[in-house]
Amino acid sequence: MSASGTIEGAAHREPHAPEATIGRKPDYLHAESTLRSWFLTTDHKRIALLYLASITGFFVIGALAAGVVRLALVVPNGAIMTNDTYNKAFTIHGVVMVWFFLIPSIPATFGNFLIPLMIGAKDLAFPKLNLTSWYVFMAGALFTLVSVVLGGVDTGWTFYAPLSTAFSNTWVLPALIGVTIVGFSSILTGLNFVVTIHTMRAPGMTWFKLPIFVWTHYATSLIFLLATPVITTALILLIAERAFHVGVFDPAFGGDPVLFQHLFWFYSHPAVYIMVLPGMGVISEIVPAFARKKLFGYRFVAYASIGLASVTFFVWGHHMFVNGQSDLASLVFSALSFAVAVPSAVKVYNWTATIHKGALRLDTPMLYAMGYIGLFVLGGLTGLYLATLAINQHIHATYFVVAHFHYIMVGGTVLAFLGGLHFWWPKFTGRMYSEPWGRVSAILIFLGFNVTFFPQFILGYLGMPRRYATYPPEFQLLNVLSSAGATILAAGYIFPMLYLVYSLWFGRKAPANPWDAKGLEWETSSPPPTLNFVSPPEVPRIPYDYPIQATESKDQHR
Amino acid sequence: MTPDHAALQLWPVAASASAVEADELILAFTVLTLVLTVPVFIAITWFALRYREGSDADRSPSGIRSNLIEISWMLIPFLLTLVFFVWGARLFVDSKNPPPDAMVVEVIGRQWMWKFQHPTGQSEINDLHLPIGQPIKLRIISQDVIHALYLPAVRMQVAALPDRYTEMWFKADKVGTFHLYCSEYCGTDHSVMGGKLTLMNPGDYQDWLVHAGAQQGVAAAGRALYEAYGCASCHEPGSPVKAPSLAGLYGSKVALADGRSVVADDEWLRQKILNPNGDKLAGGGKQVMPSFAGRIPEDELNKIVDFIKAYPRPGQSAEATR
Repeated sequence: MSASGTIEGAAHREPHAPEATIGRKPDYLHAESTLRSWFLTTDHKRIALLYLASITGFFVIGALAAGVVRLALVVPNGAIMTNDTYNKAFTIHGVVMVWFFLIPSIPATFGNFLIPLMIGAKDLAFPKLNLTSWYVFMAGALFTLVSVVLGGVDTGWTFYAPLSTAFSNTWVLPALIGVTIVGFSSILTGLNFVVTIHTMRAPGMTWFKLPIFVWTHYATSLIFLLATPVITTALILLIAERAFHVGVFDPAFGGDPVLFQHLFWFYSHPAVYIMVLPGMGVISEIVPAFARKKLFGYRFVAYASIGLASVTFFVWGHHMFVNGQSDLASLVFSALSFAVAVPSAVKVYNWTATIHKGALRLDTPMLYAMGYIGLFVLGGLTGLYLATLAINQHIHATYFVVAHFHYIMVGGTVLAFLGGLHFWWPKFTGRMYSEPWGRVSAILIFLGFNVTFFPQFILGYLGMPRRYATYPPEFQLLNVLSSAGATILAAGYIFPMLYLVYSLWFGRKAPANPWDAKGLEWETSSPPPTLNFVSPPEVPRIPYDYPIQATESKDQHR
Repeated sequence: MTPDHAALQLWPVAASASAVEADELILAFTVLTLVLTVPVFIAITWFALRYREGSDADRSPSGIRSNLIEISWMLIPFLLTLVFFVWGARLFVDSKNPPPDAMVVEVIGRQWMWKFQHPTGQSEINDLHLPIGQPIKLRIISQDVIHALYLPAVRMQVAALPDRYTEMWFKADKVGTFHLYCSEYCGTDHSVMGGKLTLMNPGDYQDWLVHAGAQQGVAAAGRALYEAYGCASCHEPGSPVKAPSLAGLYGSKVALADGRSVVADDEWLRQKILNPNGDKLAGGGKQVMPSFAGRIPEDELNKIVDFIKAYPRPGQSAEATR
C-alpha cells in the first residue's frame, strides 16, 4: 500500500463522490456467492458477517431463556415451572448472553469489519487466523448447545465450586468445555487486532489520528490477551476436578472454593470491560457524526480507554466482599474500585460536551447513543454503591446487582451494539434501513429496558435475593412490572430483526457515506470492494474533522 | 407471625442501629448520584432540543480551556465519591469486630436448610429466634456447597463456606419477624432455603428456649437421623433417586396402588419405614426402598416420625406447620 503523496490533499476535503460503477469490481458481498466462498473466506468483512449471524442466533436463545425467567417470576410461589427448570433457564441465559453474545458482540462483528477499514488496511494481519477464530467459536458453541439439548446446566454462569464440580447433577462438563474453547477464539481475535493496529495502519495514520473505536478495540484486545488465559486455566481445573476429582477447589479433596472465585473474577471483571469498551468506541463514533462536531477531548477519551483496561485488572475482589475474602483485601479492593469512576466520567462528560453547541440530527444511531449515555451513567454509579463495603453487605447477590449489571450490559453494550448496527448497516450491506421503524424501536427498547430493570433496584434494596425461583409475596407487584417491561423490550428487539432483514432486499441503495460522517470507512463504497479501497485512502489531517470545531481542538492537535 | 405482606413496600424495615446507618449511607449516596447524573440527563435532553440541526442556536466556540475542564470533571466526582468509600469502610470495619461478650450461635448450612444451634444447646431448622439488645455473633459453616446467610433486617450477609468458619455479628433493637435467606446460589431449592428471623425481648427469648426451643430440638434430632440413615439421599428434592417427597406428607391423603387411600398418620409412617413393600403407592413408581425393620431403635424411629411430622412443604417454614 503506497502513500498517496498529496500533502495539501487533506486541506480541501470535499463531499465524497461515489466511484464510477462501470468497470468497478463487484463489492465483497457479490464477489463470489458459493457456500465455500463464505465458509472458507479469509475476508475480514465476510467473517464479520459470519459472526453477526452466529451471535444473533445466540442472542435469540439467550433472550428466550430470559423470557422463561421473567415468566416464572410473574407468580411468587413457583407455580409456573419447577425450581430446576427455572435454575436451568437463568443459567442458559447467563452463559449464552455473556460468552456467546456480549463478549464477541461488538469486537468480533464491528471490530472485525471496521478496524481494517478505519486504519486504511486491506484486511487484518492474520486473515486465516481470523477465520480459525470463528470456527473455534462455533466449536465452543456446539459443546454448550449440546449441554442445553441434553438437559441443561443449573450452576449459574459463574460455575462456582464445589456446586459445579461435585454437587450438580446436570450437564456441566459439556458446558464447561464449550466455554473453555470459546476463550481461545477471544485470544486469537485479540492477538489479530493488536498486531493489525500496530503494523497495518496506512501511511500517515498515526496513533493520535486513530478513531476512538480503534483505541477501545486495542484496549479490549489487551484484556483478551491478558485475562482470558486465566479463565481458561480456571475452567480446565474445574473440568479436571469434576471429571477426575483432582482436588483444587473442593475442600472434600483438599481444595479451596474461594480460590475459584479469585480466578473466575480475575477474568470476569475485566470481561465487563471487554463488553463495555467496544461499546464506548461505537458511541464515540456516533455522537460526533450526528452532532456534526469534533469529539471533545479526543486524547483524554483515548487515554481513558487504556486507563479503564488497566484499572479493571485490580478490582476483581469487589465481587467477593462477603465471600470469605480477608477484610484487608476487601478494603483495598473497595478503594481501587472507586478509581474506575475517573476514566468512566471522562467518557461520559466528553460525549455530553461534544453534543454541546453541535448541530444535532436525531437519527436512529443517535437515539441509541443518547440512551446509552443515560443508562451507562446509572449503571456505573450504582456500581459504586456496590463497591461501598457497608452497602455491599446488604445488596450483594440481590436484585440490585442484577439491575446494576443489566444497566451496564444491556443499557450499555446492547444499546451500543444496536446503535452501531444501524450506523454501519449501510456500509455492511449497501442498503438503508427504515428510519421511522428504527426510531420507534430505539424508543421502545429504551422504555422497555427501564420498566424491566429499574424496579429491580428497589427489589434489591428491599432484600430480594437473585437466582430465586420463588420469592415472598410482597415482591410480586414489582416483579410483575419487571416482566411487563420485558415484553416491551422483546417487541423492541423483534422490530429491528424484521426491518433490517427486509432492507437487505427492499431497502434503498446506500451511498458511500449516507451520514456525511468522517473516518476512512466512509471513504470507500458501500458495501466496500473485497480489498476495501480502490485507491489508497487519504488520511485526514485530524481525526473527527467535522464542520463544528470547539477551540479545544487547537490545544489538542498542535 | 409472618412478615408484613404489604402490597408495595418501598423501604425495608431496619432492626438494628447499624442497619439504620447503612440506610443513611445509601440515602446520602443517592443524593450524590442525583447531583452527578441529573445535570447530564438534563444537558443531553436540552442540547438535543436546543442544538437540533437547523436551529439558530449560538454555536460560536465557548473558548473554555479543555485541559482544565477535563481534569476538574475527572477529579471532582472522584473525590466526592471517595467520601463514601471512607464512610462505607468505617461501618464495614465496625461490622467485622464483634464485642467480646457477644452470644455465639452456631450456623450450619446445607442443601437446602439452615441449622441454628443456641449456646444453651437448643437447635432449630430454617428459623432463628434471637434476643434484642444483646450482641449476637453467628459462627457460620457449610456442610456441602457455598451458601450465604442473609438477614436483610440487619443489612448483613456472609458466605457459609465448606472448609472454614465465617462470622457475622449484630445487635438487634427491634422486636419482630423478618426474612432469613440463603443468598449464594446453591442448587435446586436455593430459593426455599430460608425461613424467619424472630427477634424477641430477652425474657420472651428465655421462655422460647424453655418451651418451643426444646420441641424444635426433637425435630432437629430427627432431621439428623433422617440424614444418618440415608433417607435424605433419596427423599430430598433434587436427589438422583426420585423417591416421593416427604414435605407436607404428614396428615395428607395418600393414594395407593390398589385404589384405596390412607391418611399418613404416625402409625402408617412407622409401618411404611419398617415395611416399605406394604401399601404400594399409586403412580407406578418402582418400590426400591429397603426395609428398616430391626435396623432402627424404637426411640430413633420416633424422632424420625416427629421430623416428618414437622417437615414443611416447600416454601413454608417449619414453624408454620407446627
